[in-house]
Amino acid sequence: MSISVKTFASTAEAATALSGDRAARFMGGGTLIMRAVNEGDQSFNTILLANDPALTEIQAQGDRLIIGSRVTMAQILASRDLEFLHPVARAVGGPAIRNMATVGGNLFAEHPYGDLTAALLVLDCQVTLAGGQTSTLPDLLRDRTREPRVLVASVSIVRPQSGIFKFRKVSRVKPKGVSLMTIAAWIPQSGGRVSGARVAYSSMGPTPMRVQAVEQALEGATLDETGVGNALSAATSGIEPPTDAIASSWYRREVAPVHLKRTLLGG
Amino acid sequence: MSVEFRKELFADERDDNLNEIGKGTQRQDALGHVTGRSPYFDDHLFDGLLQIRCVRSPHHHARIRSVDFSQAANMPGVVKVIRPDDVPNNFNTLLSLLNFGRDDEALLSSKKVSYVGEPVLAIIASSDRQARDAVAAVKVDWEVLPHVLDVEEALKPDAPVVNEVYPNNSFDYHEKYDHQKLRYGDVETAFAQADKIIEGRYQMSPIEQAPVETNGAIAAPETNDRFVCYTSTQALFFSLGTAGKLLNVSSNRLHFIGGTVGGGFGGKVDSLVEPMAILGCMLTGKPCRFVWDREEEMQVGAPRGAERWYLKDGVMNDGRIIARQFTGYFDAGAYTRLSSYAIIKCTGHLPGPYHIPNVKSDVYCVFTNRTPATAMRGFGVTGVDFAIECQMDKIAHEVGMNPVEFRILNAYRDGDMKAHRREAKNCALIECAQVAAEKANWPIREEFKQASSMVGGGGERAAIPHTVTDEDGKIGDRRAGRSGGGRTRTIAPSSPAPAPAAYTPPPPPVPPPAAPSPAAQQPSYAHPAAAPAYQPSAAPASQPATPEAPPPAAPAPTPVPAAPSPESSPPSARPVNRPGYSRFASNSGFRRR
Amino acid sequence: MSKKPVQFTLNGESKAVFVDDGQNLLDVLRRGVGDLSPKYGCGQGTCGACTVLIDGEAHLSCLTLAETVEGRSLSSTGGLAQGAELHPLQDAFMRHFAAQCGFCTSGMLMAAKSLLDRNPNPSRDDVVEAISGNICRCTGYEPIIEAILDAAQNGAGRRSA
Ligand SMILES: Cc1cc2nc3c(=O)[nH]c(=O)nc-3n(C[C@H](O)[C@H](O)[C@H](O)COP(=O)(O)OP(=O)(O)OC[C@H]3O[C@@H](n4cnc5c(N)ncnc54)[C@H](O)[C@@H]3O)c2cc1C
Ligand code: FES
Ligand code: FES
Repeated sequence: MSISVKTFASTAEAATALSGDRAARFMGGGTLIMRAVNEGDQSFNTILLANDPALTEIQAQGDRLIIGSRVTMAQILASRDLEFLHPVARAVGGPAIRNMATVGGNLFAEHPYGDLTAALLVLDCQVTLAGGQTSTLPDLLRDRTREPRVLVASVSIVRPQSGIFKFRKVSRVKPKGVSLMTIAAWIPQSGGRVSGARVAYSSMGPTPMRVQAVEQALEGATLDETGVGNALSAATSGIEPPTDAIASSWYRREVAPVHLKRTLLGG
Repeated sequence: MSVEFRKELFADERDDNLNEIGKGTQRQDALGHVTGRSPYFDDHLFDGLLQIRCVRSPHHHARIRSVDFSQAANMPGVVKVIRPDDVPNNFNTLLSLLNFGRDDEALLSSKKVSYVGEPVLAIIASSDRQARDAVAAVKVDWEVLPHVLDVEEALKPDAPVVNEVYPNNSFDYHEKYDHQKLRYGDVETAFAQADKIIEGRYQMSPIEQAPVETNGAIAAPETNDRFVCYTSTQALFFSLGTAGKLLNVSSNRLHFIGGTVGGGFGGKVDSLVEPMAILGCMLTGKPCRFVWDREEEMQVGAPRGAERWYLKDGVMNDGRIIARQFTGYFDAGAYTRLSSYAIIKCTGHLPGPYHIPNVKSDVYCVFTNRTPATAMRGFGVTGVDFAIECQMDKIAHEVGMNPVEFRILNAYRDGDMKAHRREAKNCALIECAQVAAEKANWPIREEFKQASSMVGGGGERAAIPHTVTDEDGKIGDRRAGRSGGGRTRTIAPSSPAPAPAAYTPPPPPVPPPAAPSPAAQQPSYAHPAAAPAYQPSAAPASQPATPEAPPPAAPAPTPVPAAPSPESSPPSARPVNRPGYSRFASNSGFRRR
Repeated sequence: MSKKPVQFTLNGESKAVFVDDGQNLLDVLRRGVGDLSPKYGCGQGTCGACTVLIDGEAHLSCLTLAETVEGRSLSSTGGLAQGAELHPLQDAFMRHFAAQCGFCTSGMLMAAKSLLDRNPNPSRDDVVEAISGNICRCTGYEPIIEAILDAAQNGAGRRSA
């Protein structure tokens, strides 16, 4: 199956081509798609490109930010509006990968990838598809390999007040490498108590995910050693972490509370 | 990075008036490297270059019922399918070039596969992608067989046979034993007299060399019915000889060009890519390129093999080691490659850089359904050194000694007899330990600072002891459930030495002239209290003492006179080289130290 | 298999070449236009040996779809020296023994250049970050880091080209 590449001026045309062909894939930055091409992946034979400049734009709309799906990690790092996402974007790959890797591709990246997606999950992310329909991020992740495939045009996130958003990527490779566990958290407080927390992991399951058990355990808790105790106990409840070259499922389970604690309490 | 020279050490053994040694010099290939012009094998352009890719086993162990490549052969760009039958002489072992071991591996396997990634077919196509697409279209009907991945499991009587050429799952040494022996002195008697017996089990995983350049070769027809082959090999003539043998062509028809290697570390000696590229070229008449991708390099590329070691030491309270016994298992993976020789080299290295008057070792080269293992830096020695040095720390801890002082006490000194019956020369462990301790601010006492490799060796320490030998572990006994030969005899020492029945520990090294204290003669360092500067708790952690599984039991020896076996040759003998014995018969291997 | 024409500049020279659909830029640079300085170490983005600059930014050529460089400006280690005069980075790599087998060197030089072009006075941490996507199995990285810092001191980042 030799590969064919089709380039479209409009996102909508590309989306139509994508939904109509099981063997087609939309390409963002290509960091994962091209590896598959190089290694002879037989599951697709058509690459779709879209030149629509809107896909590479970052816009502020009130307290929300709209990020085009072909915005790269390097573009995030160059954006003052997205300063809160800089530690996240910097955690992805090395500099060359960041110049290529896109936001849209990160939503579809398979384990152990998806660091940015974990962050988006706690930033109240709304996904806009090429046809204009919207979806929640958990819904998109659940269906991301279903046919017909959808084309993501942009994501919209809230801009957090300072101190609310926390992010930690744990890797065993120095200075950086593939994630053992990535944790993103959105921890608003009122009256010294946590209220409406959102916590997400990447590299702890088949897709990045919200961790409801931890979120519930944090509700009303104080942000200190004893306050977060229940949340730490719930760190992996209902989760079956994967075993891969970086860590076993058992290891991930063992260290999850430690890293969750560091994320929540700093240090 | 600055280099520090300790010129005061061994000053009279060294000539400091050399033109190059000890002086910085520019690499001759550096300019090519920084300008991107160094000619690696892949940096040769040919018009119409064809690409080769292999169909590989997804199973650890499987019989090949049938291979259907009818669809693949007709796919766009496919030029030729290489079948096992197309390989002129499809059976080889790398060390056959040195006359060591039996052919046991095919370039392309036709009957069964014994590791994940074993090649069974190759496709030549115009582009890499076309070759990959065709590979994906080949249908192999596999009959999956039970597999074994653990060395000790593989030696059990009911373990599946990995490699039919060695049906006992172990390499045959000297056409007689299922392991390589080393016998020096009498460990059993010494164990009985030791103050402490300290045991340890150590193991290390396979390690992939992971050079940044993957294994690869390009072959092209030359004039005069010759073939040129650009290769990543680390061992040009080895690869040349191997290609000549597999392809059944005289080596003067093969023009190998190598020398610029993008990292090897031992992972580019196995000569698997060159014969395939040349064969492709022979079959198509066109230039062919065969390069592993990264996944193949990691999965199929032969790693440093896994090793498992059991060590047992007899130690006196003053820290002297009087006996050391090794049982080692090298995981060769599915085929011999270089593991058999790694063990010879390893055995020559035992018991490590220490003067130990009684040493016994049995090392097994075991076949398992893993990727075949090969060379890596420190080939044959690194793994057992890891075991030995962990064990040294553990012993130091158990006898309450400063681990550096403990090493200095036991280190080889010039003139000591080594277990493979050669005299230790140019020893320098003591000096290395002293400098390392100084650099690490690790306190050692004055008498150990004064110790010297040039003092205290030889004399009684040069004598070859009474040696107890045995004929345990004959080929096939273990798998057949027989308890082995068991014939034991002793070999007289070369010079006056203690009789085996009344064993006395060897003398400690003569104290250095600078510190002739009686304390050094009858070491006071037997007691930790005498070493106030040293905190035993600071000793590096050692491995768990209890082995998870016991080493194979050595059958009780029965003394029966027998003809001398090569590994118990009297000291004066040169490496044995007579019919029936390979030239590796000497423990020291084929390269003298 | 259809072929597409692609034009771009490489080290200041304009190039035109036909590429296969799905062909990656590394392959096109090496076999299509004969610049052998970028190396294949993995084809999956993990080694960095194929790093080139596209409009001044470090990219992995093995993961770049060749036809997407239409009209863009590329540079590679093959064009780093000006005639016989080495770039300060090349000179520093030689002096610091930063190239051993040399296979990672082209990629390292490009990663370093993209850093120094943006940040002429990098900290040690900046250098480590800049080469964090490049693997070297020989040197242990230390000589490479030293060489890049040294080249920065010698004005590598202020030099155009
Ligand atoms: C060496 C290396 C290191 C990496 N390190 C990290 C890391 O640290 N953290 C991390 O999270 N990831 C990492 N990645 C993975 C990957 O680079 C990133 O996840 C990146 O964000 C993927 O984006 P892309 O644009 O390159 O994806 P592409 O390769 O273009 O696409 C990936 C998948 O997403 C689909 N897709 C892309 N865009 C869209 C869209 N708009 N709509 C619908 N489907 C789409 C594609 O069809 C494809 O299935 C790494 C990859 C490599 C090779
Ligand atoms: S070959 Fe491109 S990153 Fe390794
Ligand atoms: S110099 Fe060999 S990989 Fe870096």
